[in-house]
Amino acid sequence: SLSRLQTSWWGGVQMGPPDPILGVSEAFKKDSNPKKMNLGVGAYRDDQGKPFVLSCVRKAEALISAKQMDKEYLGITGLADFNKSCAKLALGADSEVLKSGRNITVQTISGTGSLRIGANFLSRFHGGPRDVYLPKPSWGNHTPIFKDAGMTLKAYRYYDPATCGFDHSGALEDISKIPEQSVIMLHACAHNPTGVDPRPEQWKEISDLVKKRNLLVFFDMAYQGFASGDIDKDAWAVRYFIEQGHNIVLSQSFAKNMGLYGERVGGFTVVCNDAEEAKRVESQLKILIRPIYSNPPMNGARIASTILNTPELYSVWLGEVHGMANRIIKMREQLEAGLKKEGSTRDWQHVIDQIGMFCFTGLKPEQVERLTKEFSVYMTKDGRISMAGVTSGNVGYLAAGIHAVTK
Amino acid sequence: SSWWGGVQMGPPDPILGVSEAFKKDSNPKKMNLGVGAYRDDQGKPFVLSCVRKAEALISAKQMDKEYLGITGLADFNKSCAKLALGADSEVLKSGRNITVQTISGTGSLRIGANFLSRFHGGPRDVYLPKPSWGNHTPIFKDAGMTLKAYRYYDPATCGFDHSGALEDISKIPEQSVIMLHACAHNPTGVDPRPEQWKEISDLVKKRNLLVFFDMAYQGFASGDIDKDAWAVRYFIEQGHNIVLSQSFAKNMGLYGERVGGFTVVCNDAEEAKRVESQLKILIRPIYSNPPMNGARIASTILNTPELYSVWLGEVHGMANRIIKMREQLEAGLKKEGSTRDWQHVIDQIGMFCFTGLKPEQVERLTKEFSVYMTKDGRISMAGVTSGNVGYLAAGIHAVTK
Repeated sequence: SLSRLQTSWWGGVQMGPPDPILGVSEAFKKDSNPKKMNLGVGAYRDDQGKPFVLSCVRKAEALISAKQMDKEYLGITGLADFNKSCAKLALGADSEVLKSGRNITVQTISGTGSLRIGANFLSRFHGGPRDVYLPKPSWGNHTPIFKDAGMTLKAYRYYDPATCGFDHSGALEDISKIPEQSVIMLHACAHNPTGVDPRPEQWKEISDLVKKRNLLVFFDMAYQGFASGDIDKDAWAVRYFIEQGHNIVLSQSFAKNMGLYGERVGGFTVVCNDAEEAKRVESQLKILIRPIYSNPPMNGARIASTILNTPELYSVWLGEVHGMANRIIKMREQLEAGLKKEGSTRDWQHVIDQIGMFCFTGLKPEQVERLTKEFSVYMTKDGRISMAGVTSGNVGYLAAGIHAVTK
Repeated sequence: SSWWGGVQMGPPDPILGVSEAFKKDSNPKKMNLGVGAYRDDQGKPFVLSCVRKAEALISAKQMDKEYLGITGLADFNKSCAKLALGADSEVLKSGRNITVQTISGTGSLRIGANFLSRFHGGPRDVYLPKPSWGNHTPIFKDAGMTLKAYRYYDPATCGFDHSGALEDISKIPEQSVIMLHACAHNPTGVDPRPEQWKEISDLVKKRNLLVFFDMAYQGFASGDIDKDAWAVRYFIEQGHNIVLSQSFAKNMGLYGERVGGFTVVCNDAEEAKRVESQLKILIRPIYSNPPMNGARIASTILNTPELYSVWLGEVHGMANRIIKMREQLEAGLKKEGSTRDWQHVIDQIGMFCFTGLKPEQVERLTKEFSVYMTKDGRISMAGVTSGNVGYLAAGIHAVTK
């Protein structure tokens, strides 16, 4: 028979708040309207609205399976061939950083894992202020990542709701006041959630100012290739900053651009002064990582490494990434055209100007609520829609709905 | 000029140092007994056939790669809990456990440590057995807990220091956390006997301690998954609401796929829901959601009857080979003419054997015989084969006679 010891260890544990994004998906599932659309999902869908596994991924899996490799532990920093090609993808094959070996790049548990390792590393080793400056708005998970790692969060202006575009002067004004040696987070491309990216000449001004303020730059690049369709173009800001002398830290994800979502593939890079420093930093990253998960998962890294290091697969991948980005761009164009066709007199230029998976529509919460209740179109309350959930089959319906709630 | 000028080179990893020195050694008779991974009788890594079969089944389905939820693959979590607690467990029937998929055993322990740090109302102290797995210490430290110890290993007997353990546990402040290795204690291979576990349970109950079980070797210790889970199940029956870490690295050979589980046994299903919600909030800013591949493999094996049978046989086979190597090593030492008592080589259980060798003896064994192990005299029986056990016996005898 059973006897309980004492009332409970966890009597004081409160029910945590429900996840905002999950709530969207759950409500979507319950909706019986055949025309329903889930525009909360942050994962690519094809033009039939289905998840898309890249053919280069399938091919890589077949190659890997044929080798019947063992499942021995990777080292703490992961698969070496992956780390090399991951860095090369971000920095460019001809990067002086790679030639001099002054980067340390470790395999991580996708983008989140990379950001958290970075946050923990900063918390332990950054001599400057504890403050991390995020763009306003930023990805929701950035905040708890840095908080739980012991950093404090601050913000700089970024999105201009008046233009649905980049608040360049506001950003520069705020950045000019950031205390020296603070950490500034920059989204490398396809800003999440707004889709608003600085133009190259604006990036240059940001770089100059950040240099003047002596800030430590943390780049989050979760969408390389997925934004413009061109992996070099999407990495331009990262490479420019490095050329300008910023010794950045960088998080990369292969969740979206290789469709490896649940395999959890990512990288964390610290650009150091020299190879000797990179060795010291590597040793401390290992000491930090080992008591979190010992060593990273092998499968996704093997797939990514196979693609990056097999020329024919690499070409296929570039084409598929280009294809995904193009479909998104096409949906943007069709949505904007559809809104015009509906007779909307509002300016929807931002639907085309914004880049990447998300579109910050500019819809107000009441309008979002109507769109959900009356049209079964599900999105987050901030008016953000995932263009990945839009297809040529439903873009007309979406345009009609958005027009109905905004006319 | 540099952000990282003040970053010191960290100390080299003790185990890695062993493997690196091993690699450089050109002696054809060299043995790497530091490795904490199973090897077959040819000294090669072993991928279980149930794993290969599961992989084929999964590959044929051509599944997508959509994110798992924060708590991972539901079918995996269910079967993971069932494996540990037993299919007829009252805990499972009442739904009063929450079990989440984790990044193998380390990831599970760290989630647990973070959860305790955030939600445990008692002292910050976590009591580890002396000695314990090296990584336990930084896991709990980095999560904000403090480490203490209770006596466990008796170097005089190379066995369990039962009275010492009870004496130390009797002094642990109420509501502190006590870490127990469920089976195949790492690094000593010394496990309490059932009647000793009963005394520990009674005392832990009296002291009102929060029990954290680390079960990294279920099935791998005795060869029998139910026998190896006995202590965990006994404690639960005795009313301890435990937290539990499981790993499938060794017993399914899934090492680099990173498959594990973390379980909190709660008062009731309502409490389990509250705990689950907080685990999700904790996990999301660490890695969002866990890797799918290994969990799919493990879940396929656990939930496909023929594969499950094959697995039980293969786990039994791995454990048996280890046991056989223990017997052959002990017999080999006798044959060499050693007059020392090597009974502990047979009595200890699981992958590791705490030989009782002193650091100087270890050093000689490495220098003169190219046998590599950690300085504490721990050898991985997995690195021993029928082909080299004689050589090992000769070496150990040479440095201890």
